[in-house]
Amino acid sequence: MKVDTKQKKFGMAIDLDKCTGCGSCMVACMSENNVPFKKDETNKLDSITWIKVYKVTNDKKYPDTDLCYIPRPCMHCDGQHGHAPCVSVCPAVATDNDKSTGVVSQIYTRCFGCRYCMAACPYHARYFNWWDPVWPEGMEKYLSPNVSPRMRGVVEKCSFCFHRYQLAMDKAYVEGRRELREDEYQTSCTQACPAGAITFGDLNNPKHTVHKMVQPDNKHHGKPKNPKAFRLLERLGTNAKVYYLSDRKWVRKLGDNQTPNEESSKKH
Amino acid sequence: MKIDRRDFLSLGIGAAAGIGAGTALSPLPWKLIDDSSIWSQNWPWTPVPPDGAVSFKNSVCTLCPGGCGITVRKVEDRCIKIEGTKGNIVNNGGICILGLSGLQLLYGPTRVKAPMKKDGGRWKEISWDSAIDEIVKRLKNIRKEGKPESVACVSGTDQGTVAQLIGRFLTAYGSPNYIRTSSIADSYEIALKKLHGQFSSIGFDFENSDFVLSFGSGVADGWGSPVRMFKANSKWKDSKDKALYQIESRLSNTAAKADKWIAIIPGTEAILAMGIANVIIQKSLYKKKLIEKYSKGFNNFKALVLKEYSPEKVSKITGVKKSEIIAIAKKFAGASRPVAICGSGQGRTPGSIFEFMAVHALNALIGSVNNIGGVFSVPEPDYIKWTEAEKDDVAAKGIKTDRIDGAGKKYPDTRYLINRLIDSINSTGDSPVELLFVNGANPCYTMPDTENVIKAFKKIPYIVSFSSYFDETTEMADIILPNHTNLERLEDIPLAAGLIKPVVGLSMPVVEPECNTRHIGDVFIQMAKLMDGNIKASFPWNNYEECLKKTLGDKWDKLARDGYWVDENSRASRGIFDFTPLVKNNRNLVKPEGKSKLTLIPYDSMRLTVGYIGDPPFAMKTVEDTILKGNDVFVEINPKTAADYNLSEGDKARLTTSKGKAKVRVHLYDGIRPGIVAMPRGLGHTEFDEYLAGKGENFNKLIGPVEDPVSGLDAAWGIQAEITKT
Repeated sequence: MKVDTKQKKFGMAIDLDKCTGCGSCMVACMSENNVPFKKDETNKLDSITWIKVYKVTNDKKYPDTDLCYIPRPCMHCDGQHGHAPCVSVCPAVATDNDKSTGVVSQIYTRCFGCRYCMAACPYHARYFNWWDPVWPEGMEKYLSPNVSPRMRGVVEKCSFCFHRYQLAMDKAYVEGRRELREDEYQTSCTQACPAGAITFGDLNNPKHTVHKMVQPDNKHHGKPKNPKAFRLLERLGTNAKVYYLSDRKWVRKLGDNQTPNEESSKKH
Repeated sequence: MKIDRRDFLSLGIGAAAGIGAGTALSPLPWKLIDDSSIWSQNWPWTPVPPDGAVSFKNSVCTLCPGGCGITVRKVEDRCIKIEGTKGNIVNNGGICILGLSGLQLLYGPTRVKAPMKKDGGRWKEISWDSAIDEIVKRLKNIRKEGKPESVACVSGTDQGTVAQLIGRFLTAYGSPNYIRTSSIADSYEIALKKLHGQFSSIGFDFENSDFVLSFGSGVADGWGSPVRMFKANSKWKDSKDKALYQIESRLSNTAAKADKWIAIIPGTEAILAMGIANVIIQKSLYKKKLIEKYSKGFNNFKALVLKEYSPEKVSKITGVKKSEIIAIAKKFAGASRPVAICGSGQGRTPGSIFEFMAVHALNALIGSVNNIGGVFSVPEPDYIKWTEAEKDDVAAKGIKTDRIDGAGKKYPDTRYLINRLIDSINSTGDSPVELLFVNGANPCYTMPDTENVIKAFKKIPYIVSFSSYFDETTEMADIILPNHTNLERLEDIPLAAGLIKPVVGLSMPVVEPECNTRHIGDVFIQMAKLMDGNIKASFPWNNYEECLKKTLGDKWDKLARDGYWVDENSRASRGIFDFTPLVKNNRNLVKPEGKSKLTLIPYDSMRLTVGYIGDPPFAMKTVEDTILKGNDVFVEINPKTAADYNLSEGDKARLTTSKGKAKVRVHLYDGIRPGIVAMPRGLGHTEFDEYLAGKGENFNKLIGPVEDPVSGLDAAWGIQAEITKT
């Protein structure tokens, strides 16, 4: 049987001028993906948040201060030759860059917790389960059967809600289709965002909104042609599939960690 | 064969190398690693959620007044996830952080699982029958003593059939003391009554506005119906011609989203509004024909603002530059569909009526009242058409007594004065309230001067809580009759948060009740039936569902199908705009209590729920470590001010006001006016679960009520404070 040969590249564009930092995406993700919680979550180094909203400021004095929120899911890096930084270092083949969708997976049962991937990830997008998850009595009821709860000793991260892709594909196959409509596969955070700041879709499909928004240049490792769009730490060459948009120059410069006197590297 | 030392060594090394190479080439280590990961993960306590048939159920969220449509994903009879309903009139698919966390409340450890009675300071489970019997017995006794007015109810809302049923019960019983907790809804209601001469709620046509002048309203921080406001804000961002100006002393998320942030001296917003009016009138930018035709007292207003509110003078009081005041006025008057709004933060506490009237006057000046993109006076949804409750002699006498909170007397336009309730309980020997019902409210946490509120609640002989959760007020109660949670109950939800038409949503049970709870509507109908006489006669329904269906009549089908009903026939009331009350009250600013140098203000955030429900664990997880670290809350201070007090980032400090003290830590933040300390609302709970209780400090402990001279409502927006390094 010939299976879907057209290569997809699922990705995201987040409009930082619309994002209000409300945190809906974080909780939408936690409740979709059975993410556990502890009594104290204020040590952010061991607090598992697949998508985390960072708060940044322009570092200017009152009253010229400005602030911006940057939601950070897993960037699902493609790298320069199809290798995400985390994929190259995993000794257990527990993480993989899926060529047909562009989703970087994480297989918990293969992971033995060496955390090389966490060291390799420049975005701090990966989290380690230092403890077994514990839900208060009765709360296990809301756990979703679509995502397996993780156990102590494994690394986890954002999967672009890959189970939603699988469910949507199952449905499509039953209906005799091999292609999904744009709205059939959306991540939980995209769906929930009350500001409509997140757009998700196939970056390779010119009809998809996300493609139109960022205009990725596949000849140059997906660099956005839209001057308002940028990726976090573009200079590292991670070739991320998550793009950001902002009218504010200081936000775009900060996204690539530029030094104060450095000119924008947005030349193609 | 003799083996000498040399042979021995070379053999040994050879063997070691052989074993090394052999191991590396054999699959054994990889197999062992793989196995070890499998063995170490095969613990029986890692749950495997059971699979099953998936279904979706629609309802309306009642966790805040926003009224969003929610769609609950279920696997068999378990709720798995809450999502926003696509196509819903309010939120169209979007959903806020609290709504998303709803299942943690449904299945959480803070539920009151059955009726409870306090027995020697401890909660003891009792049966529904004995709980209701006990309350009815007390109610009968109080009535026999001829003091029906000493029964009161504190509730989060006065609209919808549940609130009306409770109100009806009190009326038939003989008590005028139904008390709604206060918010900016009260302030807008009173301002509209004064300026337009009739009672109505406020509605905003944000989707069509092209310029929004916000006097501290946190449109991106949970003001109004939060999801609707986020969507409107994104719409403004989509167009270059639309703009939001935020007037606020702190760079809130809203100020950060705004096209301009105007860092005003807090508490002077009304003055700035008058200054803007001055420029608009001075430069003849107002709609003359409209003002001539539809207003009263304009000449006095004109004379007043021209004389007293020149930009120079206003600049001095507000700290906003003269040029900026003129620019704002020009931008506002020059926009085609501008709107001015107020009510600080999420609008959970009322404000100065002078401010509300001054801001509303700006709308009147440029023709934004009852106009596209502007503000509307929206009548309350009029669908509950019951015959009046029957009154016997006791009821007729009781209902005529003065309200315990004094509302409607000294301040004729104020319907509820919960802050006065506390005072009148604390100022007399015996509490004037013998029995108190509490529903959808948590005053022992949300009201200012918490200590004083708790003192008053301790004096009330008998408190009945209907809370589904163990909150601070429930802990003060004598008996709990737990209501179903929002996902378990049927209820009509009139949407009060700023829509331009009256809209009623229908909250539907999406899951069978988890615990031994009972619908509050059923409890009141049942109590009425046990009360005999006129009270029984006033409740002709067998149960709440029957009552609701009969009340809604032909609207039921539409509500059950779509989840909401819009009263398309309702017309905005078109009263004459009367400037006189504004002129009369133009000096009535609300000033912060105290004599210290610093001003402490609260701030609201979507990630910290400030209403009667506490933050669920998921939402707590999103709170930044510059707001809460361990159990310590951080207050924001401008680095310049911090230097004056010798404070650096992360320092521990003591914050003192005339009402209380709190242990805090310091977070230096450039986005705040010097001289101001900002503290988040929503922390410092003493009840709820271990994920929330004991974390941070409750802002309400540090502030006391300051009565607004026009409405009598608490309008304190801040308090003078001292901070010392510890």
